[in-house]
Order: sequence, then C-alpha cells, then structure tokens
Amino acid sequence: MSNTKMILGLFADPDEMMHGIDKLQKNSVPIYDVYTPMPIHGIEDKLGIKESRLGYAAFCFGCLGGSIIFSILYYTLVHDWPMNIGGKPHFAMPNFVPFTFEWTILWTAFGMVFSFFFATHLFPGRAPRVMDLRATDDMFVIAIDAKGNIPHDDITKILQEAGAVEVKHNDRKYVSYE
Amino acid sequence: MSSHSESIIREPLITGKNITYAQITNDVLFPVENKPNKAWWIGFTVASIGAMVWLFSISWTFWYGVGEWGLNKTVGWAWDITGFVWWVGIGHAGTLISAVLLIFRQNWRNSINRSAEAMTIFAVICAATYIFGHMGRTWLAYWTLPLPNQYGSLWVNWNSALMMDVFAISTYFSVSLIFWYTGLLPDIAAIRDRATGLRRRIYSICSFGWTGSVKTWQRFETISLILAGISTPLVLSVHTIVSFDFATSLEPGWHTTIFPPYFVAGAIFSGFAMVQTLLLVARKVLGLENYITMFHIESMNKIIILTGSIVGVAYITEFFIAWYSGVEYEQYAFINRSTGPYWWAYWSMMTCNVITPQLFWFRKIRLSIPASWVLSIIVNIGMWFERFVIIVTSLHRDYLPSSWVMFYPTWVDVGIFVGSIGLFFTMFLLFIRVLPSVAIAEVKLLLKTSSEQAKLKLIKEGHLDPEQVEYYKESLQKFDSVELADYDKV
Repeated sequence: MSNTKMILGLFADPDEMMHGIDKLQKNSVPIYDVYTPMPIHGIEDKLGIKESRLGYAAFCFGCLGGSIIFSILYYTLVHDWPMNIGGKPHFAMPNFVPFTFEWTILWTAFGMVFSFFFATHLFPGRAPRVMDLRATDDMFVIAIDAKGNIPHDDITKILQEAGAVEVKHNDRKYVSYE
Repeated sequence: MSSHSESIIREPLITGKNITYAQITNDVLFPVENKPNKAWWIGFTVASIGAMVWLFSISWTFWYGVGEWGLNKTVGWAWDITGFVWWVGIGHAGTLISAVLLIFRQNWRNSINRSAEAMTIFAVICAATYIFGHMGRTWLAYWTLPLPNQYGSLWVNWNSALMMDVFAISTYFSVSLIFWYTGLLPDIAAIRDRATGLRRRIYSICSFGWTGSVKTWQRFETISLILAGISTPLVLSVHTIVSFDFATSLEPGWHTTIFPPYFVAGAIFSGFAMVQTLLLVARKVLGLENYITMFHIESMNKIIILTGSIVGVAYITEFFIAWYSGVEYEQYAFINRSTGPYWWAYWSMMTCNVITPQLFWFRKIRLSIPASWVLSIIVNIGMWFERFVIIVTSLHRDYLPSSWVMFYPTWVDVGIFVGSIGLFFTMFLLFIRVLPSVAIAEVKLLLKTSSEQAKLKLIKEGHLDPEQVEYYKESLQKFDSVELADYDKV
C-alpha cells in the first residue's frame, strides 16, 4: 500500500478539466473536490452539488432587519413618546420607509455574507487548506481521494489522457504552510 | 461556459498576445509584489502631505470648534456639506460599476470594478469625516443613534432627513466594504499562495482560508449577485436621502422635488469622472493597458456624456420651474444664483458640468487619454461648484435682507478640503500597493471568450462573416494596446 493520500490532476485549461471530470466519472472514480482560480460554471452540476441556499438566508435576514427597525420606529414614535407636531399622525408611515429600507439592505448583506463565511468556514486566521499552490493562479485542479480507490496508475492515466499537464501523488492532504 | 465564444463584433476586453492565466496574475500582482517605482513615491509623498494638512485642520476644528470655519449666522452650512455631498457622490460610481453593471452583465466592468469599489470606500470615509467634523462636539456623535438615555428616553428625531442620512451613509459604507472585501478574498488567496514568510502569514489571515473549491465558488457567485441586487437600490437610495437633506427643507432653491434623480445622476457623473482621473494614471503607471483598454475608457466617457446631459437638463428644469411656480422667493433664489454675487460659481458649474463634457461627442476627444483626463478633472471641479452653488447661494440671501452676507472660507475650511483630497489619494495609493487593483479572478473569466487573442483565433479559423470581421478590425483601431499589423494578413 502506498502512502499516497491525494491524487491531483492539474489542468491548464478549464475545458480540459471539465473533460477530465467527465472521464473520471465515466470510470466511476469519485472526485473529492475541484479547485479553480475562478468560478467555472457547470462543475457543480457534474459533481451533483445542490444549489446554494444562501438566497433564502439573505431573504430571512432582510425581513428580520426590516422588522427590527420598524419595531424600534413604532415603539419610539408611536408608543413610548408620541409627539404632537401640528396635529399630524404619530404613525407617519412614509417617514418609516427610508429607515426600514436601509436596515433591510444592511441585514441582508451582513446576514448573508456571514452565513457564507460560517458555512464555508471562512474567517480571519483560518489555515488555508490548499492542495496545490497554483490552484489560485493558473491551474485547475481535480483532487481525488487516493484511499480505497482503483489502482493509482489508472487514475493517473485517465487524467493524462484528458489533458492534465501534471498529475501529483501527494502524501499529505494539504500543502502545509509552516 | 468557456467553450462558448462571443460575437466577433464586440470589442475585446483583454488585449495583447500570449496572455495566459498566469500572465494575468503576474501583471496584476506586479505592483503588489515589487518595490514601488518613483512615480508611486512622488504621488505618495504629495498625497500624504495633503493627508497631514487634513489631520491638522480637522484636529484644529475638534479643538477650537466649528467657529474656526467661515460660517456665519446666515450661512450655517458651507464647505463642510459641500465636501460631504461631493465625496459621497464620487463614491457612487464604484457601486454603480460593481453592482448595476454586474446585473446588466456588462463584462467590461470586470477589470475596473475593484479599484472603483476601493474608491467608493475611500470617498465615503472622506465624506464621513465632514459629517463628524460639522457636528462640533464630535464625541457626542453617538447621539444620532436611538440609544436609551436618562432624558426620558428622548429618542432621535426620526422625522429628520439628517437621521435618514445617518442610516443611509452607514449602511452604504458597510455594505460597500463587505462587498469589496468578499470580492477580494480569492485575489488575496492568490497573493498568499505566491508569497513567503511574513507576507504569506499576513495575506493568509486576510484571505480567511480561501481555497477556491467548487462549493466556495458557487456560494461566492450567489452572494455576489444578491449583493449586487441589493446594492443597486441602495446606491439610489443613498443619494436620494442626501438630497432630502435639502429637498425636505422649506428653503427656496432647496425645496424641489427634482432633487433625488438630479442628485443621483450628478453622483454617477462625478463618480465616473473620478474613476477616469484615477484609472487613466493607474493604467499607465501600473502597466495595465491590456486590461483597462481604450474600450473601457470610451465606455466611461459615454456614461459621462449621458449623466452630464441629465444633470444639464436638471439645471434647466430647475430654473424653468422656479419661474413657472410663480413664487417670487423661489424665482429670486435662481436669479440670484446666476446673476448675483456668486454668478462666477454658477457659471463655473454650468461650464464644467454641462458644456465641456459635451466635447466627448467628438470621437477624437473621447479616445484621447490626455483630453479625457483633463475633462474628468473639470467635471469634478464642476460638481464641487454644483454643491457649493446649491448650498451657499441658497443660504446667503435669506428672507431678511438685513442678514444678507457672503461666505468666506477660512484656512481651516481650505485645509480640510484640500487635505481630504490628500487623504483620499493616500488611501488609494496604499491600496494599489498592498491589494490587487484589478479583480484577477473576474478578469480570468474573460480570457477565453472576450480577449483579443481568442477573437484573433476565431478569425484565423474562418467561418465568420467577413463583413463582421472587417467591422471588428475597424473597431480595433482605437486601441492603443493592439498591434494592428497582426490583422493585415488575416
């Protein structure tokens, strides 16, 4: 049994990488993940990744923010200290609009982005779990878990046939920084 | 996605031969990974002297109070609010480029959005300093928040447009910041993976551990689109609310319903002018001619003509409505603007905002870098005068002729204004040193579809309508970064 933990197929071209994914899937090789320097549309369908639910989170946070500020406005202007300004109504809804609007936007943005950070485990100081340093530069990397997979040479061959410029057999899962 | 090729009649968004993904990273990160050149140092020295002038003047204001400004009991708002509105307006182009153009799928935004968003953030910081400065007792700034207090609680005045401003500007600043920073994550990761030692540690912390996995990108795209969707009404609301500061008052010259759209158009107008001022220089100094092309410059100039014309129509409408309203105070306010003691400010505004931008109708001027740069600065001067005219000329002659005065700025007013420009440029120059000034990942998306080399390949392959190819070749003539000789044979 070799020490190889991860097999990486490095592609220089996104189309060839997509071709690589197809070939691997045709040969029933499970793909661990794909790392790309830019968003490539269509990978998520191939890998069967479900659509992101962040939109729902955004909507809920927006409703929450809008409701909170509307409640504050109602409490302060109508309930706690209603002021008689020329006999005008206390519950002057048009004046509530800008505040409610701004807080809806504010909470949508922050709620959604922090949900994204939370779900993706992004936070300042997190050790980057990088498999290949060029995945943020010019390489499109398909990562395959080597353990319990078909003979590694076969995977290498599939990747090379698909057009991988380099195939790496890594003993460590992530490239450690320190 | 990448196998789809774009119509040949569209201009290329990335020029140059043999541009690869690695080349894009190298080109964009060059100023970040290398020692700055002489031009940067000269710019930085001048800008930081300006920032120090700002620091001194604003500290003086905090220490001695706003009485050190040239304000008097008739003109209670002058250079402070002029500067505030000017800076907020400049900020608006960043959001317009990053959000509105994203929704409309204008791919040319990809290479200018990053620096324009940075500009937004720095401009809003400059604007915010005026807000805090003009409060007088800045340490009581938290009184603008609805916090429980021992006076009852006496709540803030929610019916005031100034309160709406507090909410609008703070939301705008923080949402722009988070939009900008989220977009930066993949690019900070790119710097991190090329750096060593301490630099790697710092960029590693700033990159939040970005890896570029499929799920990360998928979520990233989702939130980018939603952020763009919510930033679009946000940017419109912000300047609308800024205009409410004036429009909801009963002051002749301010009390007009045209203000919100007119302010928003003016904001985009001045913002694009500032983007031009910065990028025409940055493009040259940072060597980004292949990414920020003549097509980008021309497109921005076209937006400047459009918004400049909207602003021009608004000026004339305002004048007409003042006459048509039959209200003599309103009529006087406008007659006084154009022929009173501040006539020179009014006509500077008219010339710089309405007349000179029309020169962009000439293709030669639109495509000339020096002319675009000079005109962009003229627009910014004009937009500063616009705010000055609206604020000071409406105030200086009120209902009581015995209180009619002129406004004269003191050195503190001048120091804060000139200094805020220095502060802005200091922040911008630091930004281009430490962070990528072009969104690397987004530009890479364009390489296979919209680059000059991809289109050249298509032409060489044949199968294209020769008429369209001729049209495309003609459109290439305006580029200063394209070698036309390559197209002679094909």
